[in-house]
Amino acid sequence: MNKKEPILDVKNISMHFGGLKAVDKLSLQVYPDEIVALIGPNGAGKTTFFNCITGIYEPTLGDVFVLRDGKKRRLNGLKPNKVTELGLARTFQNIRIFSNMTVLENVMVGRHCRTKSWVIGAILRDKKTRQEEIETIEYSYNLLEKLDLHKFANEMAKNLPYGAQKKLEIARALATDPVLLLLDEPAAGLNPQETSELKDIINKIKEEEKISILLIEHDMKLVMNISDRVYVMESGRLLAQGTPREISQNPEVIKAYLGEEHA
Amino acid sequence: MFEEIKKSLKVSIWFMFLTFPIMVIKVNLTDKVIIWRWKNLILVGIGSFFLSFIWRYLLERKAKKAKKEEMGIGQTSIFLKIFNNPKYAKPLYIIFLLFILAFPFIFSMYQTNIMISALIYVMLGLGLNIVVGLAGLLDLGYVAFYAVGAYSYALLNYHFHINFWLALPIGGLLAAIFGIVLGFPVLRLRGDYLAIVTLGFGEIIRLILENWDEFSFGPSGISNIPRPSLFGINLGVKESTIFIYYLIVFMSIITIFVVNRLQNSRLGRAWIALREDEIACQAMGIDKTKTKLTAFALGATWAGFGGVIFAAKTTFINPASFTFLESAIILSIVVLGGMGSIQGVILAALIMILLPEYLRAFSDYRMLIFGASMVLMMVFRPEGLIPSSRRKYEYDPTKR
Repeated sequence: MNKKEPILDVKNISMHFGGLKAVDKLSLQVYPDEIVALIGPNGAGKTTFFNCITGIYEPTLGDVFVLRDGKKRRLNGLKPNKVTELGLARTFQNIRIFSNMTVLENVMVGRHCRTKSWVIGAILRDKKTRQEEIETIEYSYNLLEKLDLHKFANEMAKNLPYGAQKKLEIARALATDPVLLLLDEPAAGLNPQETSELKDIINKIKEEEKISILLIEHDMKLVMNISDRVYVMESGRLLAQGTPREISQNPEVIKAYLGEEHA
Repeated sequence: MFEEIKKSLKVSIWFMFLTFPIMVIKVNLTDKVIIWRWKNLILVGIGSFFLSFIWRYLLERKAKKAKKEEMGIGQTSIFLKIFNNPKYAKPLYIIFLLFILAFPFIFSMYQTNIMISALIYVMLGLGLNIVVGLAGLLDLGYVAFYAVGAYSYALLNYHFHINFWLALPIGGLLAAIFGIVLGFPVLRLRGDYLAIVTLGFGEIIRLILENWDEFSFGPSGISNIPRPSLFGINLGVKESTIFIYYLIVFMSIITIFVVNRLQNSRLGRAWIALREDEIACQAMGIDKTKTKLTAFALGATWAGFGGVIFAAKTTFINPASFTFLESAIILSIVVLGGMGSIQGVILAALIMILLPEYLRAFSDYRMLIFGASMVLMMVFRPEGLIPSSRRKYEYDPTKR
């Protein structure tokens, strides 16, 4: 599998905040059709790493490359919206849905970077704009159906239960037509039943949509279950990487997670 | 119930104590005697008791309603039901439109003039609604764009004799450019900081107009601005007032049409997403810079149009017409009406401009009533007179 070129290639990136090295020379690759997990104790720099590759921060050192349609592009210093256009879509650790829009509209916003109409189109509502609008609605509705959210389509997003809001964030991210989906703690706050549903969704995205997934997660059972490879971070550095099996037996990882005496 | 009465009693005693020095004691300096007006004390006591009781009752009712809504059995008021049901809403709108169209023939010139200013405010309110209501950018200097529109017609006409019809698009365009000029430095700002900078911007424009005599003729303003001509025919005062009236009605309808289309478009959704969550909005591939600047430019355009019409209507403008108070009134129109709600903004603009005109008898209390109604609105109906509702998209999966 690893013969192919990686779709996300992160080379030695560092993120310094003054003297603090939140991410320190981290390298990470994600290959097509692969689920990769990034784990580590709280404060290890996982979310900072996400923010670095999605353009919210500009990394101090190192390079981030993404492969889309056979073209390799460097992401450093690009704005978040450009990064999304190039095919990285993300969800957030604390839900960031657009609460005063309907569920369908939330997903339609995700289509923004794949559609074109602007002021004149909006006012004149010409044939092209109408066509684009219909396609957007159709695409978004189909996505909602895939994630079993279509019954809420015209509800206000803020009125959804927590689990559904988390799914909506995934649906919205998928609407941007990404090559890689970055999930920041998708299972946080979900009950066991919702977590298992999430597992199916992630697998389905990988199988049916051919989208790779990079996720940050604390739920070890989920991580070990679905990921093909796991990266472990601790205080900004890469501690270990390998298959879930290798990781779960790595003494250093166990030490980092559970403390000295368990090692 | 007993608890409530006790609380209200406490409030009334507290109020009697607080107002004691000013309401009861009166020192007559000429006769060197103190007059004790005990009757006032009783009146204050009874008054505050009842007001506090009503206040508490209304708050409780609101809490109950909120609870009901949370449980999903909330019922919208009859008012809203009518507005949201196209069966009733359509004839209502048509009657309203007919009334507006017949207005100058039913009422006097004076009334028509008032209605013209009210409709200018409808336009301004809808324009600001794009910036504040949809894109969530708190703009306290909106009147600056209104001034740009008015002065661009007045000055272009003074120097180059450009007529109204040419000045109208130029005024809108210039205001849009000023919108972008303001937009650039405030791209990174949000909330309070944005409000402060826009407030400053509004004042800068006004101060320039006031002090740069060679350019804008200072506080004395510009007079003899011609009214719009109709196909080259210059109309008399009465005819041209009626003509301006229909012009502003037409422009308002255009504004409503455009804003309505904008808010349910790709761009409108991007604005609302920007209002809801800036970071998530960018992560969805929305270009923050472009979206914000478009909001500022489009919002300002309507103020520019409004300004040109205002200058043509009054035939005289000076900086005193473009003070911060105007910005505040336009902003309250948007907030009172309901952020992002077109019907709400129209209703609020008509109320805010027409009521003070027709309640001249209470003009001494105007600001008091204005302030009190603002406080009451924010406590009991923070979402505005007619809260905005998002469009529901019908999609039938079987018809694929």
